[in-house]
Amino acid sequence: MKRLLSSSLFFIALLLGWHLLALTKRWSPILLPDPLSVWDYLKTALFDGTLFQATLVTLRRLVTGYGIGILIGIPVGMLTARFRLMEDTVGVLALGLQALPSVCWVPLALRWFGQTEGAMLFVVVMGSLWSIIISTDNGIRNVPPIFARAARTMGAKQFYTWTRVILPASAPFVVSGMKQGWAFAWRSLMAAEIFVTILTGFGLGQLLEYGRDLNAMDQVIGVMFAIVLIGLLVDKFLFSPIEHFLHRRWGTGRM
Amino acid sequence: MSVQDELKAVPPAKLLIDGVTKDFTTSHGTLRALDHISFHIHEGDFVCLVGPSGCGKSTLLNIIAGLEIPDNGLTLMDGKPVTKPGRDRMVMFQEPALFPWLDVMGNVLFGLKLKPNLNKKECCEVARFYLRLVGLEAFAHSNIHELSGGMKQRVALARSLAPNPRVLLMDEPFAALDALTREQLYGDIQRIWAERAKTIVFVTHNVREAVCLGNRVILFSPHPGRVREEFQIDLPHPRDINSVELAKYASRITRALRGYVDAPETELGAE
Repeated sequence: MKRLLSSSLFFIALLLGWHLLALTKRWSPILLPDPLSVWDYLKTALFDGTLFQATLVTLRRLVTGYGIGILIGIPVGMLTARFRLMEDTVGVLALGLQALPSVCWVPLALRWFGQTEGAMLFVVVMGSLWSIIISTDNGIRNVPPIFARAARTMGAKQFYTWTRVILPASAPFVVSGMKQGWAFAWRSLMAAEIFVTILTGFGLGQLLEYGRDLNAMDQVIGVMFAIVLIGLLVDKFLFSPIEHFLHRRWGTGRM
Repeated sequence: MSVQDELKAVPPAKLLIDGVTKDFTTSHGTLRALDHISFHIHEGDFVCLVGPSGCGKSTLLNIIAGLEIPDNGLTLMDGKPVTKPGRDRMVMFQEPALFPWLDVMGNVLFGLKLKPNLNKKECCEVARFYLRLVGLEAFAHSNIHELSGGMKQRVALARSLAPNPRVLLMDEPFAALDALTREQLYGDIQRIWAERAKTIVFVTHNVREAVCLGNRVILFSPHPGRVREEFQIDLPHPRDINSVELAKYASRITRALRGYVDAPETELGAE
């Protein structure tokens, strides 16, 4: 209760400070809009459906790209953990490309795919894939070898051991890798949407860039709020329950 | 096969270890872990392999389990060479090695599910039988991390008993437990050995533990691992580890062991 109070006080103070700063008129309201006008924008955008539409478009792209990242990343991570040859080739590649900020893929994507959905998908997959590979690999390497030995003495064959022992045993790592992959996918999609302007769908990133073109900082800040909110909601309703379940089963307080 | 048959089936077993030799390559060169080990184990024996660390007793257990392959010699089970792990020889490790993503029941079921000719319902019944045998029926749906160390080893025991192996291989399973819990488990394991007519090979460095449990105690010495002497323990089961009779046996064996190794006393001490 006390913690809730202190954090709400903090945010009220922040908003109040912002409001007072805007009231001084030291900066043009175009550059520093009042929080109330941001609130007005959010209300209109919610009611006329632009925000909702843009969110849908963005989430569709995100889920597709992230889904591809997981579908490729987890099996490849298993292979790099299992085979020395894969570790020395694909594993090294993943390690290198993971260090590359995903926005760096944008120029290449624009040249290769033009202003298309494909370009955007490419950036999202490249942004999330490598970290998913690496954390899956890491998770599998962290499985105590005694688990596989115990399974073998109980008569488990290779395939059974992998699906019923090694994969579930690495779940805490794989899930935290998926969470990180989600964050990376989210960041790269925003970068892609700002740079790739297409008519097939108007996403949140484009709404943001559009606001800049219109000199409408209330829109820009409003969309930023929406982006933060979506990130928090996904964490709360998608990853938190899974992590909670893992913590309870494993009896761990950390992840 | 019905559940009753499954539970009643008395497993016959006989193990023959013949000239088993195993070398390990380390950065300092080749180390001989086991040097021409030969002995046999009769059906229903409770054999304890005793020796200080480095005498290769755990390696030998892994070879019998089929987890490791000897460089020379062979292990026969019922006249057939052991080449890989099998459900007829279940292993209990020093760590419980229970799967944290499964509950207690799920862990006991793991090995059973791999056994053909039992359907799901029968598997559950068998699993429940063994949980009752180790006194943990009430904890069937607990998470592993909620159990104490002793309870975890009991679950591990139930898990290795569940597929009804002929031979139980135990690698210092009680070494990490406190003395009181260990004494309870000594009672349990003796009761289960008698009731379920298992053949047990038990590795330990604790002489009193060996005397308390085994009807045969085989002494190993290290560098290279060799069989030195064998003792027959003619005390009736169940035995109490604190009894005077048992202490006499233990001190005799400890003395013999000191003759073969000049290892520090703590390693061979009774506790």
